Amino acid sequence: MAKQGVPSYDKLAFELSSPGRQGYALPASDVPVTGDAVPAKYRRRTPAALPELSEFDVVRHYSRLSRMNYGVDTHFYPLGSCTMKYNPKLNEDMARLPGFLRLHPLAPEAVSQGALRLMHELGVMLAEVAGMDAVSLQPAAGAQGELAGVLMIRAYHASRGEKRTKVLIPDSAHGTNPASTALAGYEVIEVKSNANGEVEIDDLARLLDTDVAAFMITVPNTLGNFEPRILEITELCHAKGVQVYMDGANLNAILGITRPGDLGFDVCHFNLHKTFTTPHGGGGPGAGPVGIKAHLEPFLPTPVVVKKDEAYTLDWKRPKSIGKLQAYWGNVGMLVRAYTYIRTMGPDGLREVSDNAVLNANYVMKRLEQDYDVAAPGPCMHECVLSARRQKKHGVTAMDIAKRLLDLGFYAPSTYFPLIVEEALMIEPTETEAKQTLDQFCDAMIQIAREAESTPGLVHEAPVTTPVRRLDQTKAAREPDLRWTPRG
Amino acid sequence: MQRYLSNTPAEQRAMLETIGAPSIEALLSRVPAQARLARPLRLPAAASEMELVAEMRALAAGNADADAWTCFLGAGSYDHFVPGVINHMILRGEFFTAYTPYQPEASQGTLRTIYEYQTMIAELTGMDVANASIYDGGSSLAEAALMAASVTGRSEVVLAAGVNPLYRHVTATYCDGPRIKLRTAPAPGGTLDLDAARTLVDGRKTAALVVQTPNFYGCLEDVAAAAELAHAAGALLIVVADPVNLGVLEGPGTLGADIVVGEGQGLGVPMSYGGPNLGVFAAKKALVRRMPGRLVGATVDLDGQRGFVLTLQTREQHIRRAKATSNICTNVALCALMATIYLSTLGKQGLVEVGELSAAKAHYAAERLTQIPGVALRFPAPFFKEFTLKLPVSPDRVVGKLLKQRILGGVPLKRFDRALGDCLLVAVTEKRTRAEIDAFADALAKVVA
Repeated sequence: MAKQGVPSYDKLAFELSSPGRQGYALPASDVPVTGDAVPAKYRRRTPAALPELSEFDVVRHYSRLSRMNYGVDTHFYPLGSCTMKYNPKLNEDMARLPGFLRLHPLAPEAVSQGALRLMHELGVMLAEVAGMDAVSLQPAAGAQGELAGVLMIRAYHASRGEKRTKVLIPDSAHGTNPASTALAGYEVIEVKSNANGEVEIDDLARLLDTDVAAFMITVPNTLGNFEPRILEITELCHAKGVQVYMDGANLNAILGITRPGDLGFDVCHFNLHKTFTTPHGGGGPGAGPVGIKAHLEPFLPTPVVVKKDEAYTLDWKRPKSIGKLQAYWGNVGMLVRAYTYIRTMGPDGLREVSDNAVLNANYVMKRLEQDYDVAAPGPCMHECVLSARRQKKHGVTAMDIAKRLLDLGFYAPSTYFPLIVEEALMIEPTETEAKQTLDQFCDAMIQIAREAESTPGLVHEAPVTTPVRRLDQTKAAREPDLRWTPRG
Repeated sequence: MQRYLSNTPAEQRAMLETIGAPSIEALLSRVPAQARLARPLRLPAAASEMELVAEMRALAAGNADADAWTCFLGAGSYDHFVPGVINHMILRGEFFTAYTPYQPEASQGTLRTIYEYQTMIAELTGMDVANASIYDGGSSLAEAALMAASVTGRSEVVLAAGVNPLYRHVTATYCDGPRIKLRTAPAPGGTLDLDAARTLVDGRKTAALVVQTPNFYGCLEDVAAAAELAHAAGALLIVVADPVNLGVLEGPGTLGADIVVGEGQGLGVPMSYGGPNLGVFAAKKALVRRMPGRLVGATVDLDGQRGFVLTLQTREQHIRRAKATSNICTNVALCALMATIYLSTLGKQGLVEVGELSAAKAHYAAERLTQIPGVALRFPAPFFKEFTLKLPVSPDRVVGKLLKQRILGGVPLKRFDRALGDCLLVAVTEKRTRAEIDAFADALAKVVA
């Protein structure tokens, strides 16, 4: 099979280097350059071995490397839990307005009013979307939002003289939930989910005691279903003095439909790089603002953007604050993009987002239910989870199916997550994909299900059209080669 | 129809028919009725592209951007030159809209650029390995403190007073849960007082000593001496460094650092009012399995062809959950890509020139500014591109007055250290011209006269 028309390319920047070549032009110095400004003691003895390339070398190299990637702009990306929707180009233009792009974080507030106002308004808009009383925009990503949220919960209990030591988290949770909670100094207690990924209320009730600081849960859950008894759950927790945290990774399902604050949650983080269209960038940056109810406000990270008369200012005088998460005020570049998106969509547009996200996921689930096992009966919300256990009987795993999809021109669903589903394939189409694309994807999935029975070898061999075939992970871990060194 | 959505009403009907549901509303039946939002969200109505662009331009115009203003601000974020080629390359949708490279066969572009980035950072810092990035300089230092405590089994970290106070603040937040105690070693002369540090670095309790060079006040620290001091007590040495400077300054690894962290924003990442930034994190090889964050490694595919994958993932939260080395998942990969393209473009010689130019201009500026009566360097130690001035009048007032001439004259230090209430931190990059520096000096002379 042809390799998608991409010529084989296996160079690294270092391997293109030619001594003396240069890709930059800096002005000649207009001040005296004397070697003694920096004493020899502090100077580098051996020059750093960076590549020497022309500007065109750089452009061709990174253009070629980019073509070895699948992105949302080029491929359908049904990666569950990641909300790989279209990232509007307008957002990029707005984030590149010089007043946002080239504003120094310590510029005096009098000359940062535009940025501060945008942040303040975004905080108010996110609070409305989530039904929360206040929002901190500082966390750099979802995991940092979790850390901030759990630390605020801890500070809240401490302020009431309560020393609670445990946090309950379902076994279906994202890995960051237990990791962030442990980092905040808590013991993590895993709560078993039932086959539909739902919380068993009796189990939860048994675990809730005066040592429990919080219950952390993803809504809709990681099987893509709305937790039907969520109101009972939050009430039960509150009755025991337990704070309830909502992982907002799946917020794309519920915009304008229901709100974490109205469901009884005390804390909820937002992944602006999921629901609010800031690009994933190959792994980041994201932004993970955290919304809270009023009783947690004294503990917000510092500084907080506040409006005083008609001016905006950074309020540092917050003695009960949990502190800072990153050096400055948040990933402002991402905040500008999210603000642009919310203003573009408006309230009706956001509601349509969730309606279409839910419709698309249910459509995919329906079209695939004959050929794959559905992990939990529908209707689902914005994503659906299938199991490849039927295919596994023919020796074809979820990973094989994912790899075969790459050959058929699609990125893969999330695989082996949630952990509670055997051979999980988690599919999140998002609202920005059209029916035609979903049909092509479903046709490919059905084709693979047939191949699993008739020609499993073909699926095991996949991918064969990508720049490289399956890679030796064991070798990578056993003999770590983490930096380039000249060959030979 | 909203332009980011794709299904027409007719397509929606066809899909519902396949599903066997009468309406989208019917698909939402599991959301409890009493929890449904009975009204539209209270948000501004949708704005057209034209209207929104005009409004955003007006908002942006309320900010003193470094294109229209002369920027002498530093303290961790710097107005270095960003070659235009970077923006063109990162905006390629294949990079820009890709996810974390968990499917390596379809992510070789991202994986290769991260491997290049790791190599460049390791090379610059003089370390064996670098990770794929942490959020920013502050959270990188916090992660380094946690890692040092975990590696040594000790519970205190001693920070030199010259460490950026904002980074210290972040580190304190991260160290609260694990109950790691932070102590401060004084720097009365602008650099770490080694004798005082020796009494604080404890052979049983201290996990790491942290120094920053150049430090928050701009002064260059003696890294080798700090390394010797830390190692004598069985502690690690963590060095906070700005990688832009490392074309000229010695890599901290060569001087004995065990972990090097820092803010990589200067490597082609726009200031963006303080984020997203680029948290640099590098370490000695022996520590690699305790590192936070993603790592890319080289391997081979089924045909024996070279390929790249995320590796040593059993350190990470998606595998190890509560026992992971860090909670980090999303990092700042795209900023790391900017840095990689920056370093490929500037290359071996260009980064040296950026450093030499910045240092020369900073020293010229210091000389010009200290000719003004009453203005002096606060500390005698050598500096690089940033220095602390002592002023005869309130730095806040000075900064306010300079705004009238569109000069961002520096960062008053009162907010960070009351003892430095009369001090202004001034940074000078290769972008500042002699004429701009002279205009700054003339304006300052008038303000303090």
